Amino acid sequence: MKRPCLLVGALALLLITAATPAAAQDVLVIGSKKFTESVVLGEIALALATDAGAEATHLRELGGSRVLFNALRDGEIHVYPDYTGTLALELLAQDTGGRTVDDVVLRGLLATRGIRMTRPLGFNNTYALGMRETRARELNISTVSDLVRYPGLNFGFSNEFMDRADGWPALRSHYGLPQTGVVGMDHDLAYRALESAGIDVMDLYTTDAEITYYRLRALQDDKNYFPEYHAVFLYREELDQQFPAFVHRLNTLTGTITQDQMVLMNARVKIDRVSESIVAADFLQLDSAVQQENFSQRLRRTTLAHLTLTGISLGLAILIAIPLGVFAARRPHFGHLVLGTVAIVQTIPALAMFVFMIPLLGIGAPPAIAALLLYSLLPIVRNTYAGLHDIPVELQESAEALGLPPSAKLRLVELPLATRSILAGIKTSAVINVGTATLGALIGAGGYGQPILTGIRLDDMGLILEGAVPAAILALLVQGAFSLLERWVLPRGLRLAQAGA
Amino acid sequence: MFVLEQVSMSFQDQACIRGVDLSIPAGTTTVLIGPSGCGKSTLLKLMLGLLYPDAGSVRFADQTVQPDNARALRQRMGYVIQEGGLFPHLTARENITLMARFLGWPGDVQVARVHGLRTLTDFPANALDRYPAELSGGQRQRVSLMRALMLNPDVLLLDEPLGALDPMIRRDLQNELKDVFEQLNKTVVLVTHDLGEAAWFADSIVLMRDGEIAQRGSLEDLVTSPASRFVEQFVNAQRQPEGFGA
Repeated sequence: MKRPCLLVGALALLLITAATPAAAQDVLVIGSKKFTESVVLGEIALALATDAGAEATHLRELGGSRVLFNALRDGEIHVYPDYTGTLALELLAQDTGGRTVDDVVLRGLLATRGIRMTRPLGFNNTYALGMRETRARELNISTVSDLVRYPGLNFGFSNEFMDRADGWPALRSHYGLPQTGVVGMDHDLAYRALESAGIDVMDLYTTDAEITYYRLRALQDDKNYFPEYHAVFLYREELDQQFPAFVHRLNTLTGTITQDQMVLMNARVKIDRVSESIVAADFLQLDSAVQQENFSQRLRRTTLAHLTLTGISLGLAILIAIPLGVFAARRPHFGHLVLGTVAIVQTIPALAMFVFMIPLLGIGAPPAIAALLLYSLLPIVRNTYAGLHDIPVELQESAEALGLPPSAKLRLVELPLATRSILAGIKTSAVINVGTATLGALIGAGGYGQPILTGIRLDDMGLILEGAVPAAILALLVQGAFSLLERWVLPRGLRLAQAGA
Repeated sequence: MFVLEQVSMSFQDQACIRGVDLSIPAGTTTVLIGPSGCGKSTLLKLMLGLLYPDAGSVRFADQTVQPDNARALRQRMGYVIQEGGLFPHLTARENITLMARFLGWPGDVQVARVHGLRTLTDFPANALDRYPAELSGGQRQRVSLMRALMLNPDVLLLDEPLGALDPMIRRDLQNELKDVFEQLNKTVVLVTHDLGEAAWFADSIVLMRDGEIAQRGSLEDLVTSPASRFVEQFVNAQRQPEGFGA
């Protein structure tokens, strides 16, 4: 038992050292939200940073606005794209009173948090009402006001837009719209209903890729009802000193991305399945020197990240769970408490567990490792406990009758006898861990979950398989490796005893 | 060597030892006998300090056996149980020397001691590095005996040491074991349910029933002057059928 214990300890230490992110000081960390436009903008920032000679990395699809904003505030990422409307109405709502404010006010509020904001990039990704281009031309409608002339038109709105105070009810009174044929429906279904002429008008985001795909016209908000959601980059103020060239390039970007260009870029990614980095490079007219990863490079990167998550969390779980299991077997009262607690931890849905870790440990590998560690405890604790508990009474008494003190009894007799059970627990943990680690991508930890997540966003089965298949193979390999390990670690006498039994 | 005074003990509110007084003189062989569940194994564990009495006292070499001194006292006792209680992950030699290694005995002393015990118990040298699963039942009991004797204890406590062996081997081992006892001249307490085996080993037989001592004496005492109807029945029940000798 001594040998594997040392081995695991050394391994865990090694992995911890290896995984500690290269001093976040000299690497520029870019973040993006969980939708295509944000990822494209993140890639644009990445391309600019690389072109400006900075070492940069892009943590894609980290989550919603709040996650990204907090990560920026806490210095875990250095730059990410957001929208002026989101800042005023959501992220800084406490300070703005939930009203739109001008950029000067926003800058002031952000400055108190150590954050700077570029000038608007150009496009405004706000709500809009949309119609089929042909129908709009037919009726000569180009603004929302034009709709007043056609009270018979049918409207289909997403349920959220129907219900929000600043959605349909307020829009109707703002423009004095007379239509009565208004239904709530799923957003994706609305596109199809529009195409099949079931409805004439729907709500959309002004940079939706579908605008070109379905040949839609976004009606002009001529009475300025919708708040403005101008895209901007937010970045940590220290970048001015650390990466002045990058900040300069970022600011030259302002005012250069038009609505049409953004719609086109979104469509190239979502509909034509071109990678975000190529779309970004094309826009910047840079050679795709933003090294386009090929399949094997990508696989190597996700594999390394996945192994890091699994290896460290499992190693630490072993170091914690075995002593807990021993303790539980020694003290029955405490044992019930320990087993009950780790069992409850196990009932927390994995997804929630990962998200719970964000406020404690931020984003990236550390919170993912903590969540996986907690998840890996139960099988090891329980099997250590069971392995010790199930040692036949006569062997326990023989050890005691020899006069061995408890610590020596544990080391020389009990742990070796429980080896099989403990190893089985570790094996179970490892296999669960490999699968669960795919969720790490949700909080920026990378691994096999990354291609799965991107695949879901882009509806690309190939990408999903690129994460799912290696994850399944890794689980099988881990299982096989543990069977080999068992042969090596399990005392020979125990194998003979089992064979004879 | 052992003095038990008014020892009582219960398991889950069920009295299993009731007010036992028992004195075991040094250098003698005492056999505890009785039907299953009469408390003879429990009495042995009380002597070892694996269990402690609810009332009364167990004294070993003039010291009361208590949690704080039991471990030290146990190093002066050797314990052998029915199936041998050998640790399956250790070889015969590792089983025998486990405690000596823990106490840091020099290697050559260990080797010499194992050699002496091997000769005493007639155990083949080439089997020392086998695991319990590779040994016969008789060999396992020999290893268990060697393990019990390794630290040269003052007393030897054996709980049905031959109970799991088939009759032929058992007869051989009874002979050998008696030789060993005589050579070592140690205090021996042996538990069995077989009256013939008891008579073969014992200087003194203690017949137990329901956690009490029914009678103490030689086989002759039990046969010729049974203290109660139970003693008479127990002795008669173990007589071999006529025509089978003995």
